[in-house]
Amino acid sequence: MSSTMHMHGGIGESIKRKEDGRFLRGKGNYIDDLTLPGMLHMAILRSPHAHARIKSVDTNAAAAKPGVIAVVTGELMAQHKLAWMPTLSYDTQAVLATDKVRFQGQEVAAVIAETKYQAEDARDSIEVDYEVLRAVISPDGAKAEGAPLIRDEKEGQKDNHIYHWESGDKAKTQAAFAKAAKVVRLHTFYPRCHPAPLETCGCVADVNPATGKATIYMTSQAPHAIRTVFALVTGLPEQNIRVISPDIGGGFGNKVPVYPGYVVATAASLLIGRPVKWIEDRTENLISTGFARDYHMTGDLAVDDKGKMTALRVHLDSDNGAFFSDAQPSKFKAGLFHIVTGSYDIPTAHITADGYYTNKAPGGVAYRCSFRVTEASYLIERLVTNAALELGIDQAEFRQKNFIQPEQFPYTSATGWIYDSGDYPKAMDVALDKLGYAELKKDVEARRKKGEVTGIGIASFTEVVGAGHGADFDILGLRMFDSAELRVHPTGKALLRMGTKSQGQGHETTFAQIVAEELGIPASDVAVEEGDTDTAPYGLGTYASRSTPVAGAATAMVSRKLREKARLIAAHLLEAADEDLAWERGKFYVKGSPDRAKTIQEIAFAAYSNLPEGMEAGLEGVHYYDPPNMTYPFGTYAVVVDVDKGTGQVKVKRMVAVDDCGVRINPMIVEGQIHGGLTEGFGIAFMELITFDADGNCIGSNFMDYLLPTAWETPKFEMGETVTPSPHHPLGAKGVGESATVGSPAAYVNAVIDALSPYGITNIDMPVTSDKVWAALRSKGVME
Amino acid sequence: MKASMRVNGVERSADVEPRVLLADFLRTNLALTGTHVGCDTTSCGACTVLLDGEPVKSCTLLAVQVSGRDITTVEGLAQGATLSPVQVGFHEEHGLQCGFCTPGMMLVGTALLERNPDPTEEQIRWAISGNICRCTGYMNIVKAIQHAAKAKQAAAKAPAPEAVAAGGGE
Repeated sequence: MSSTMHMHGGIGESIKRKEDGRFLRGKGNYIDDLTLPGMLHMAILRSPHAHARIKSVDTNAAAAKPGVIAVVTGELMAQHKLAWMPTLSYDTQAVLATDKVRFQGQEVAAVIAETKYQAEDARDSIEVDYEVLRAVISPDGAKAEGAPLIRDEKEGQKDNHIYHWESGDKAKTQAAFAKAAKVVRLHTFYPRCHPAPLETCGCVADVNPATGKATIYMTSQAPHAIRTVFALVTGLPEQNIRVISPDIGGGFGNKVPVYPGYVVATAASLLIGRPVKWIEDRTENLISTGFARDYHMTGDLAVDDKGKMTALRVHLDSDNGAFFSDAQPSKFKAGLFHIVTGSYDIPTAHITADGYYTNKAPGGVAYRCSFRVTEASYLIERLVTNAALELGIDQAEFRQKNFIQPEQFPYTSATGWIYDSGDYPKAMDVALDKLGYAELKKDVEARRKKGEVTGIGIASFTEVVGAGHGADFDILGLRMFDSAELRVHPTGKALLRMGTKSQGQGHETTFAQIVAEELGIPASDVAVEEGDTDTAPYGLGTYASRSTPVAGAATAMVSRKLREKARLIAAHLLEAADEDLAWERGKFYVKGSPDRAKTIQEIAFAAYSNLPEGMEAGLEGVHYYDPPNMTYPFGTYAVVVDVDKGTGQVKVKRMVAVDDCGVRINPMIVEGQIHGGLTEGFGIAFMELITFDADGNCIGSNFMDYLLPTAWETPKFEMGETVTPSPHHPLGAKGVGESATVGSPAAYVNAVIDALSPYGITNIDMPVTSDKVWAALRSKGVME
Repeated sequence: MKASMRVNGVERSADVEPRVLLADFLRTNLALTGTHVGCDTTSCGACTVLLDGEPVKSCTLLAVQVSGRDITTVEGLAQGATLSPVQVGFHEEHGLQCGFCTPGMMLVGTALLERNPDPTEEQIRWAISGNICRCTGYMNIVKAIQHAAKAKQAAAKAPAPEAVAAGGGE
């Protein structure tokens, strides 16, 4: 018997997850588990070259193979005006290549056959004649004189430059730098990595030839937005498109964009009149979808003679791949990178960013991050530790001295963000306390004297999540609100539907708990559904830690709406004036006479049977929540490492994580989210890398080259918390899904740099692998 | 070719191409979709099943290779509505999030406890190191297997199966 069966499940209770049952029994409903009558299978032929002109595509041999129903080429798609599609960043992207291929793994043709094996067999028989062109694999290569023009099909595109973007005050920042006592510079590359959820992307497109209705089952974190994009791309009327996201085997941003495979499968189903399934294999997933980061960053921090930060200047070059298809709010070309002043009271800052096309996969997504906040947090936290080391100030003390102080909130940052709340010194104190920092520092000193290489890394990150207030945040013009619809049935049980989509975050439990708290119906009596655009209210989806800040707020608001109607019904039932009633979770009672009460279940039945004169029947409602501001989760992470001088191997000895995500709805789930983020952060810091050789061949195209942490190397985490409620969120919650991936990479790398600082080593780009550490030590004459 | 094997205690057989992978056979021919495929290269362990009680990765075995052998998949762990101790452990200790790696993890945990009823944390971490989880960071998976070990030890003293109702897992 589950230990939480009889708990109410309100806010703050670690009830066990309602969704577990089907997963424990192997009865999850993932995309590849779906089989429809008459369903066909699609396999995509991809480019082996990073940059090449297509001279011809011969599909005759493939079409003649057993089981093949159709072979789709770019030319065929072009006949239906579907060879290109718009991206989420107002660019265009090839669906199937017609003129050139622009990255290795680009979609060239697709085979639709009776079985998956037959589709893959026939795919290998398609003959493509390429004229190979020189590949561009970095922003430096993209801007070099004589660089090949990647987007030659784009009218007016004369070079490989995509955008220039700025934030902050240039003149004021320059003036502050002119007066600085010390300027610390860090140039660092946050390399390309990949969210790599354990389930790859895929879809089953089912266009009914009789009704014209297109039902597309898809691994999508944002099914409603995808429906609208599909309507715009295909010209199908939106009421005839139904997107259903089934259970999703992890997303981490990978499953936000629209990928060519979805469009081709849908077009194929439309043309053939049968359902078409397309499931990526792992290599396709890693080489063609949703990469993250790839930012080349240079940061300068100005500090005065008292150790106070006075200005920050950052330039970054962004490698966006062959098509600018980043999934991010329209206004912000470099995402929310301008949160880069972080947790520090820096009076002025100036940020410049330039984006470049390269012959690499497109689709920049935020790998468990709110639109480039991870890159920003990494840069400032690495820069702050480097500055402390260079200035000879303790890195914790340097942070404490420069933190935005609790009394400064709401705080307007130098780049214009209005931080809603925070208490950075407190989170730092809790972390240092857990770590036993003072003693540990002595231990490090003593061990260094013995010749050991050991260090402590700290990161005190601030995130900006929960996009967002609609005036500033939109995707293709769609304001980034989210929604909740709540129906209370006559027996007092409820159905909650939202515009978000869980990928493992436990929405079926967490959002039921919000209803339990606000409307008093036990969480076990609240069914939560998401992901079906024909039934759920419209919303922008689950990414950027926005489900709790936005859809969670919508859930609280709709529950409160129903509670107000319930009050009127209770007043009618109790023959009392509604203002004489008081609410206690689960019931209304007459003030002063607690025995005269009606439970929410009794009220629910009355909503369908015994209403006040003139009141509409039912107890249902919907709320669309447009948040007044973003939320700003924060925390301090501290890491202790030992480095083996002989091999360069880094061993993480301790990892202390203190998070403040405001009010925690289900603390067990919150901690689980943080564990996962700390692990992905560990992978990014030490293991995960998508890189390319000079010809643009992707290295990191399977799990033997793209290394993910297992239980063996993943450290154990020591958890701590502080609670600073968001003042504008109805529950005081801030979102937590991404904090640990945002904050932890800098903490891990800072620990390594602190360990190596006695040897004059100031930077190693991620992933910090043994060979890089070994080479850095050798370069400083450490030969052991 | 004929592939014949006992799956979760039931004799199953089908005519398949010799190249059909065990994972595909289980998922497509037997509709046992709890066995997942995450990488195709024996790296991630989502496709783990038990072959005569030992964990193997079914994406790199052919269905015809295991003829005459015993296969256990995640669907074979529970006894009717009663979850196995490992399944209960994963629920109680929040050992799963998206659920995609969970069948493989639970099968590895089950096999481990069969040969070592009281494993150390290090032994558990080593046992599951062939299986990747992207969500949990492994700490709660370790706890889940420890929870199961304790439950099994307690049950060995006073047998009383833990009943978990169908549906929500609550």
